[in-house]
Amino acid sequence: MKRFLQSDFLYDFSRSPVTIVSFAVVVVMVLSAVLAGVIAPTDPFDPAGLDLMNGFTPPMTPNEFTGETFWLGTDDQGRDLFSAILYGLRVSLFVGASAVLLAMTLGVSLGLLAGYAGGWVDTIIMRIADIQVTFPSILIAMLIFGVTRGILPPAQRDELAIAVLIVSIGLSEWVQFARTVRGATMVEKEKEYVAAARLIGLGPGQIMRRHILPNVLGPVLVIATITLALAIIAEATLSFLGVGAPPTEPSLGTLINIGQDYLFSGEWWILLFPAATLLMLALSVNLLGDWLRDTLNPRLK
Amino acid sequence: MSIVEARGLTRRFDLSDPWVVRMLTFRKKRILTAVDDVSFSIEKGTTYALVGESGSGKSTIARMAVGLLAPSAGTITIDGTNLNDPALDPATRTALRRRIQMVFQSPYASLNPRWRVGAILAEPLHAFGLAAGRETARVAELLEQVGLSETDARRFPHEFSGGQRQRISIARALASEPDFIICDEPTSALDVSVQAQVLNLLKRLQRELGLTYLFITHDLAVVATMARRIGVLQHGKLVEEQDTIALFAAPRDPYTKMLLDAAPRLHPASATGR
Repeated sequence: MKRFLQSDFLYDFSRSPVTIVSFAVVVVMVLSAVLAGVIAPTDPFDPAGLDLMNGFTPPMTPNEFTGETFWLGTDDQGRDLFSAILYGLRVSLFVGASAVLLAMTLGVSLGLLAGYAGGWVDTIIMRIADIQVTFPSILIAMLIFGVTRGILPPAQRDELAIAVLIVSIGLSEWVQFARTVRGATMVEKEKEYVAAARLIGLGPGQIMRRHILPNVLGPVLVIATITLALAIIAEATLSFLGVGAPPTEPSLGTLINIGQDYLFSGEWWILLFPAATLLMLALSVNLLGDWLRDTLNPRLK
Repeated sequence: MSIVEARGLTRRFDLSDPWVVRMLTFRKKRILTAVDDVSFSIEKGTTYALVGESGSGKSTIARMAVGLLAPSAGTITIDGTNLNDPALDPATRTALRRRIQMVFQSPYASLNPRWRVGAILAEPLHAFGLAAGRETARVAELLEQVGLSETDARRFPHEFSGGQRQRISIARALASEPDFIICDEPTSALDVSVQAQVLNLLKRLQRELGLTYLFITHDLAVVATMARRIGVLQHGKLVEEQDTIALFAAPRDPYTKMLLDAAPRLHPASATGR
């Protein structure tokens, strides 16, 4: 702990106001997403609690029929936008983080395998990666999403929509991890500590997991942060296009999708607040990732 | 009695382009013979030195001797057993592996930077089931044997100097209680004063534990005080093999003469190779 407090890492952090603000924004957003059930004034997913008369209430203005006031106004169904954004943030962050975790696990494993085994194993894995990056990742995600939904029985489609979303975004983002880890693995496996491990009879699995993996994880952390921003945006894009989170469990993207219908009829708040939240979240995560990359890479200093 | 026997040891590397490229460009296969029909034997408890400039095949021989690389032809046997024999049963192979260890050239790349020294030294113990239940005590013993302190087990490799790291490397080799250690240029990355300390440590350990060394180096000064017998390698061939004192006094091969002339002045009379 003392070593951490005296580290360059913390010093760099304290010298970068942009990073401190981004970090604070991310922390506040994660906390409010986790505590949405406690903070939110209403439960936006409880149909019984909705009053259609409250629909289209502008922010901070009493509703003309019911007299109720909402901080950020309400949407077409009379849902409190502030509550909906908190719950939407929860869906967006959960899908984003899970997708990154999946992409990371897959990418790191395949990268390690390709780098350590070499030969045709390497060729097959990396050619698949090459082919995949020639397509925009959002297209890959849509393809996987569509195919998976086609396979699932209709009854389970909405139930599993979030899981399918995570898998499709996760599978579309693994390449970056695999390429980085493969390169680092090819450098590490030639080092003599790996030869020393082979000398005492350790198998390839043990060498990859215990010796090489800890030495290639540094850049993975940076990529994970940057990919998190991409995954959150990918999820919002899919949901905006109507192929992501179901309307019963709206994410920020779903809320923006609802809002864009009313943008030109004067109900600007339905679009603006979810969009601003998404923008702030993605921007902060991205800035954090950029800072991490610069700090952990001594060559850029 | 010799413990290590190399007979007609040969290793070829295929440096050709991929098959498709060869077919398109009509190029022939390119084969590099890194080690060509090398034979030598090492007596138990002595040091045998292989000397040669870079690219002469000495590291390839070291990697074949420990079983990291299979020979293209010929054999290398330890106590009559061939480590590269595919018919060898796993138990015998593990038992033989334990008896052969290696000290590497680079003190920076040979220790896993993410592992504490204690874990690095305990790994061979776990792998061979040695000192079960008293690993910590054994690790402390090993550290003291190479002139480090028991508290060093809690530190990471980057907290040590090059010479100290090489001591840790030696301690790791000793952990599996080997009979035969291959030293692949163990001092070439160190300062001259530190070199002498590491060489003296290796000599002391040889006396105390009755170890046999195969010493790979390009530095004749190192060899003069360490080795009983010297083999000189040039382009993968053993061009000369003699006892240390005889070699320094009367080199037979012109290449050996050139190497001796290139080295700083030595006093053959003070050579005390075992």
